Amino acid sequence: MSQDAHGFSEAGLGPPTADFDAARLSQGSDAPARYRFVEPDGSYDPEAVPDFAVEELRDIYYWLLLQRRFDERMVKLQRRGEMGTVATARGQEASVVGVSFGLEQRDWLLPYGREPAALIRHGVSMRDIILYWLGVMDANRLPDSNSLPYAIAIGTHVPVGVGYAWGLSMDDEDAVVTMMMGDGQFSTGEAQTAMNVAGVVDAPAVFFALNNQYAISLPFSGQTAANSVAQKALAWGLDGIRVDGNDVLAVVDAMRRARRRARQGTPVLLEAVTYRLEAHTTNDDPSRYRDDAEVDWWRERDPMDRFRSFLESEGVWADIDEDGMREEIDERFDRAREEVAAYESGGIEELFEYVYDEMTPALRDQLADLEAVLEERPDAAEYIEERPKG
Amino acid sequence: MSDRNLNLVEAVNDALHGAMAADDRVMVSGEDVAESGGVFRATEGLLEAFGAERVLDFPLSEIAIVGTAIGLAMQGKRPVVEIQFSGFMPPAFNQLVQNAGRIRWRNRGEHSAPMVVRAPYGGGVRALEHHSESLEAAYAHVPGVKVVVPATPADAKGLLRSAIEDPDPVLFFEPKRIYRSFREPVTEGDHRVPIGEAAVPREGSDVTVIAWGSMLHYALQAAENLAPAVDVEVVDLRTLSPLDRETIVASVQKTGRAVVVHEAPRSGGFAGEIVTSINEEALMYLEAPIERVTGFDTPMPMLAMEDYYLPNPPRIERAIESVLAG
Repeated sequence: MSQDAHGFSEAGLGPPTADFDAARLSQGSDAPARYRFVEPDGSYDPEAVPDFAVEELRDIYYWLLLQRRFDERMVKLQRRGEMGTVATARGQEASVVGVSFGLEQRDWLLPYGREPAALIRHGVSMRDIILYWLGVMDANRLPDSNSLPYAIAIGTHVPVGVGYAWGLSMDDEDAVVTMMMGDGQFSTGEAQTAMNVAGVVDAPAVFFALNNQYAISLPFSGQTAANSVAQKALAWGLDGIRVDGNDVLAVVDAMRRARRRARQGTPVLLEAVTYRLEAHTTNDDPSRYRDDAEVDWWRERDPMDRFRSFLESEGVWADIDEDGMREEIDERFDRAREEVAAYESGGIEELFEYVYDEMTPALRDQLADLEAVLEERPDAAEYIEERPKG
Repeated sequence: MSDRNLNLVEAVNDALHGAMAADDRVMVSGEDVAESGGVFRATEGLLEAFGAERVLDFPLSEIAIVGTAIGLAMQGKRPVVEIQFSGFMPPAFNQLVQNAGRIRWRNRGEHSAPMVVRAPYGGGVRALEHHSESLEAAYAHVPGVKVVVPATPADAKGLLRSAIEDPDPVLFFEPKRIYRSFREPVTEGDHRVPIGEAAVPREGSDVTVIAWGSMLHYALQAAENLAPAVDVEVVDLRTLSPLDRETIVASVQKTGRAVVVHEAPRSGGFAGEIVTSINEEALMYLEAPIERVTGFDTPMPMLAMEDYYLPNPPRIERAIESVLAG
């Protein structure tokens, strides 16, 4: 009955039903479950937590602290007028560090701006991250790291990342491409169409969504009628995973599993549910659009406090010299700033280089003209503000 | 009517308040325009004054912001949407080309898209990458949409009110570098400046400098620096499409020399259209080749280099001296 003489079949078209509700898809009223080991109060079921070496636990804490301290130092510089606009990840450290510990060095990490700790672990120099926020183009060169410039134009990196991952799989490389993104970017056409394609070409890709509840002022509930980011994976034939983004060990474990799955040819959309405790960037004032009570509720779920409590329960905390770590991180930051101060700009040629493989005649003329202006008209300097040094 | 001293972004805000009060079909949507009043505060107070149905924080999609505005306009509303930075407008280009600029023509007048897309544009505010572009020439190339660029608070208010009442889609590019750089008296209440008419904020007889947006002020500064030795006339284009060829041509017929200034990349920039218009209608009046002072054929650089990229008064003065010598 369901197969005709030509061999066509209804199999694969889905079972028929006369029950309308059985044919209606609905997300239901609840968001999907979050993967979590450690409760906000620090309690946990020891049987459920995967094994981590003590050294690795200590290491994870160090990088959480580095992420937080780096943000603090950058904001301080910005407030003093020594830095451009800065975006921080306060409250989201476990997601940033978790994704990093779930990756291999040979993987590609495509950042979106809130993940200095993950980038540094992936081979990007701290100097270059600071130079980036000072608006120095050379900072986007990212030598010796499998990374690419930040996805500032939201969603634009997703088709590119899928293509890159597709290419890696064609070459049988044992590597995945992980794209960092916020909850807002799922509204963009570019991201959505690319995730669909990722499933079609079996791209070894992980879409790591930091759902920090806000796209500048817009809460997640205004961004989409969907209960979660992760469920969007179903429509595109990908795996969706939801994880408590403030439980660093859950993020690490989920990311490791997502990586393996992507490597096998099923791209994964991994949603880390977390919260942006600070402003969108240093240009933003969140008091205009959200209540302190909400921020306080999330502050009690601080990912570092939770992990520290876990380390205490495990008896690891006693071996961690937090002050020493912080001092070491500050020295590291100070050294990076010295390197920033020592950085010499390549001059105005930087503007014209790399537009094409070979500079066009028009660009050569324009460079020569700018050089002539600066020579003939020293007063042009009045209109040129140099970046702050160091 | 009395005047109020407003800066450019305050004048935009004033125009939005006035237009929403005058016509309840006017709606405002875009990213962060409601609760937070816009990242530049251009839409401040609108949510409180006109409610959440008419002032909407939109999901992060330029395609949907512009595309749904087209549908709303076709249905009978008067949407005024904000693209937070013009650098993020390219995804919406398809909607502008396929729908906004085309629906009246395709549908032979049965539907049209009277809407406004506001977008801060241009460099000089030390913003992040992708936040400082000037792609006005690309949009001026699209048939069926109008492109307006105010350079003063009074014009920002008057042109925006006209744009909202215009029967066709209008792209309204706001020069964010001068959002707060100066104030001037702006007529309170109703105030309109017609779309499609350039202004001549400085009259002169030796050379015409044509500019728009924030570059107008550098052109005026250059004119001031060269006076009284050189008598510079400055034309503020105000509308790029449709272009006021009459004012440009009349000025060049008088002065015989011209310089065009824009911060957008040089090749394919809107100066090309202006020079062509002059060639078509005033070639025989020219006493020297026309010069362009523009950005370069590069992406907009990051903030450490952006001041090298932007034209400035010394560069404009140099071009004026060059056409005078020609």
